[in-house]
Amino acid sequence: MKVRAVQYVVLLGVAAIFLGPLYWLISAAVKQPAEIYQWPPVWWPDDFTWGNFKLAWEAAPFDRFFVNSTVITVIGTLLKVANAVLTAYAFAYLRFPFKKVLFLLILGAMMVPGHVTLLPNYLTVASLGWINTYAGLIIPGIGSAFATFLMRQHFLTLPGEVTDAAAVDGAGHLRTLWRVVLPMSRPMLVTVVVITAVEEWNNFVWPLIVTNTASMRTLPVGLLILKDEEGLANWGTIMAGTLLVLAPMLLIFLFAQRYIVGGITQGALKG
Amino acid sequence: MTVVDLPARTHPDEVRAPAGTDERRRRRRREYGLFALLVAPNLLVIAVFAYWPILYNAFLSLTDWNMIAARPTFVGLTNYVNTLTDPAFHKTLGVTVAFTGLIVAGSLVIGLALAVLFNQPLKGRSLVRTISFAPHILSGAAVATIWLFVFDPGYGLMRALIEPFGAEPPDWMNNSDWALPGLVIVYLWKSVGFTALIYLAGLQGLPKELDEAAAIDGAGTWTRFWAIKLPLLAPITFFLLITTVIGTFQAFDVIAVMTGGGPGDATTTLSWSIYNEGFQAFNAGRAATLSIIMFVILLVVTAIQARVMERRVHYR
Repeated sequence: MKVRAVQYVVLLGVAAIFLGPLYWLISAAVKQPAEIYQWPPVWWPDDFTWGNFKLAWEAAPFDRFFVNSTVITVIGTLLKVANAVLTAYAFAYLRFPFKKVLFLLILGAMMVPGHVTLLPNYLTVASLGWINTYAGLIIPGIGSAFATFLMRQHFLTLPGEVTDAAAVDGAGHLRTLWRVVLPMSRPMLVTVVVITAVEEWNNFVWPLIVTNTASMRTLPVGLLILKDEEGLANWGTIMAGTLLVLAPMLLIFLFAQRYIVGGITQGALKG
Repeated sequence: MTVVDLPARTHPDEVRAPAGTDERRRRRRREYGLFALLVAPNLLVIAVFAYWPILYNAFLSLTDWNMIAARPTFVGLTNYVNTLTDPAFHKTLGVTVAFTGLIVAGSLVIGLALAVLFNQPLKGRSLVRTISFAPHILSGAAVATIWLFVFDPGYGLMRALIEPFGAEPPDWMNNSDWALPGLVIVYLWKSVGFTALIYLAGLQGLPKELDEAAAIDGAGTWTRFWAIKLPLLAPITFFLLITTVIGTFQAFDVIAVMTGGGPGDATTTLSWSIYNEGFQAFNAGRAATLSIIMFVILLVVTAIQARVMERRVHYR
């Protein structure tokens, strides 16, 4: 019984460690400046305010950052998942000479560390005239190795009788993929979409180097600029901006937690 | 990883067209065409943005180029000689190894401890597990910004925690002794929930029989943990070790937001150096050299993983 009590105390402590900084963020974002800089700290703000959000919005074009992040996340995710699904279908259901070599070539991309490719990719994108464009932000990231691998492994677990039946009924490959294979793969598809979207939204270093005008910045990069411009003096403004960057992913996490966790455990324990 | 038995399906053609006919050959050609069409976009992007950069880096590392001049000047192995003999590079490597080592050790130990806790029959454990995992999916830049405020020596949460014990809070990110440990704390906060999740899945997948047999033989909780569970978790530990090393080597956003490699060079890791040489000093040759060095280090790590995993994991 005593052991249980200790375990509950530890569990509560763990929750506090992970929630503490998030609480610190949210409370500062809705505090008046005077309360932020009061010591000992005000744990529950007396005087709620949305003013910090307004200040953050005025200090940096957050609406523009928001649009950019959304466009990149939506289009980037669509293209990357489409790539993964089409490639995975081809490798699971079609014949082709040197198929095995081609598959290894695609999987091999997982072994190329992203950080190593920064400079050459910057030069490639620059030579294509894609600096400060959505193409430059999106295209280099839509190649898919891991998602392709996950999708193909999943396709191979589907019963072959169903696709055979579709073929007998005269359905072509694309129709079979769209009407038969994909509907049977919905949970895996959602998992891949959510994981990809989270990555795209959080991407930092690539948007940082491939854009240099305020109108093409994304939210995480915009946050860095807000922080540098405010010089760590206006914590309320900076925390409000930070909350704007975090909120969409926190919401997605609340609703799609099961898929994120499922996909990640799958990647770890099988891949 | 092993990839076996690729042609996995009975194919629609086998169902529809008998072997050896013209119809069959025509269908096969169409199938090849469709395959090429479906795979080409993915393969093209991968070739241009994952494989080509390695070759390009290898070339650039043999040159001197400020990214403005019309073309790079070939200088042979000068960049490698200069880098490998540069004390600043040795410091960078030392910081990278310390940073990676602390995070790997902390993440494995704390992650396993959390997993064991989450494996106890406690009320609310899955909620706490979810809470501890949440930072893993949050933007690194945003997490870093939160922690800058948490570490603020004047108004941060850390001061509120430290002061009651009569200690003075350090100016974390402006202090060369505290900046690196500070980054490690942030990184662990962000990533340890992930480690715990993987360990928990591992713990729950362990065969119960061994544990029960040992319990009947009189082995206590600790003995069973050390002698039975921990060795059975070795493959997962190994997987986490390798992926954490690879991830930490490339850690960038938290460092960029919190310290920018400083104060001085106290938090200048290999990944920060690559960015700094390439995009702030505009020294393409040096940045490419550092990239190749990082690539070789991570390639060795990955090769070790592939070799060990091949013996343990088999795909259908």
